[in-house]
Parts: sequence; C-alpha cells; structure tokens
Amino acid sequence: MSNLLLAWCITFAQVLLGLAMTCAIWRLLRGPRAQDRVLGLDTLYVNTMLLLVTFGIQTGRTLYYEATLIIGLLGFASTVALAKFLMRGEVIE
Amino acid sequence: MIQAPDLPAWAALLTALFVVAGAAITLIGSLGLLRLDSFYERVHAPTLGSTLGMASILLASMLCFSVLQSRLVIHEILIGVFVTLTTPVTFMLLARAALYRDRSAGDETVPPDGQDVP
Repeated sequence: MSNLLLAWCITFAQVLLGLAMTCAIWRLLRGPRAQDRVLGLDTLYVNTMLLLVTFGIQTGRTLYYEATLIIGLLGFASTVALAKFLMRGEVIE
Repeated sequence: MIQAPDLPAWAALLTALFVVAGAAITLIGSLGLLRLDSFYERVHAPTLGSTLGMASILLASMLCFSVLQSRLVIHEILIGVFVTLTTPVTFMLLARAALYRDRSAGDETVPPDGQDVP
C-alpha cells in the first residue's frame, strides 16, 4: 500500500519537474535578451539534476548519481563561460 | 512506468513527502522564471529550486538509499554542497554581466556606475 503510494508520488514529482523544465525551455527559447536565455539554461540543468535524482530513487540504482554529478559540473562550467562571454565578448582573454 | 523500491512504510511515506515537496518547490521557482517581468526579478526565482527543492529531493534520496542498503548512504551531500557553492557564483556573474550590458546599452532604468556618486 505505502509502496504503491510512493510509486505514484515519484511519478507525480517527475511530472512536476517536467513542467518546471518546460518553463525553463520556454524562457530559453523566448527570452527577450541573451541573459534571459542563459538563466533559462541554468534553471534547465538544475531541474534535470533533480529529475535524475528522482529516477535514481525510482529504480533503486546508484548509476544516476554519477550522471547527476557530471551534469552539475558541466552546467556550472557552461554557465560561467556564457556569463563571461556576455561580459567581455570572448571566453578566454 | 509506475515502480518504487521496496521500503518499509514509514520510510516510503517520508520519501514520498520529500520528493513531492521538492518537485513542487522547484516548479514554483520555474514558474517565477516564466512570470516575472524584468531580468533582475527573474534571476531570483530559480534559486528556490536550487536550494530548498534540491535539499528536499536529496534528503529523500539519502533516506531511500540508507534504508535500502541498511547503512548510512550520504554521498548525495556532495551534489548538495556543489550546487550550493556554485549557484550564487553563477548568478552573481550573470547579473553583473546583465548590468554591464544594460549600462553600455544606455538603459536609464538600471542604477548608474557607483564611481561618480558622492
């Protein structure tokens, strides 16, 4: 009984996170300026990390944890590089 | 696909509560990203998901794996520390870049550079 409830709650949470990712993608595609698009990308990868953690809870595997760490590292590096690009017009001076 | 790990009842209920709460908080933050008007208001909204939403979902994950493997599994703290350290850095860089771009575009609504203020 409680396991069925947990299964439905995890699926519901995944739907909510999918809606949150849709909001971020909307801002990424429609953002009026470049900084709005970068902000949407940053939100998108944080939401993706959370979605992968819920997949890890659902399947009971620790494989998703490593994917989450890699997404976090690459997302941080990409957002910093894009912010630097918006500031200076080039990434490496 | 509906499935869940085989947990005792108290752990299953707590995990379900934390997962749904974290996902709802993250959705509220992303809706704020969609709804707010200016960039400087929008930059506040996603931090809701990357602090409280992330902490809640990671707590659920730690609880689930600790009960499943009958030992303390806390490697999710690494994700939490990393995101907590990097989110302010990225958003500060992004807001400063946006301020620089607005000033150099001659936007009158942003505050001027602080050097000529007495």
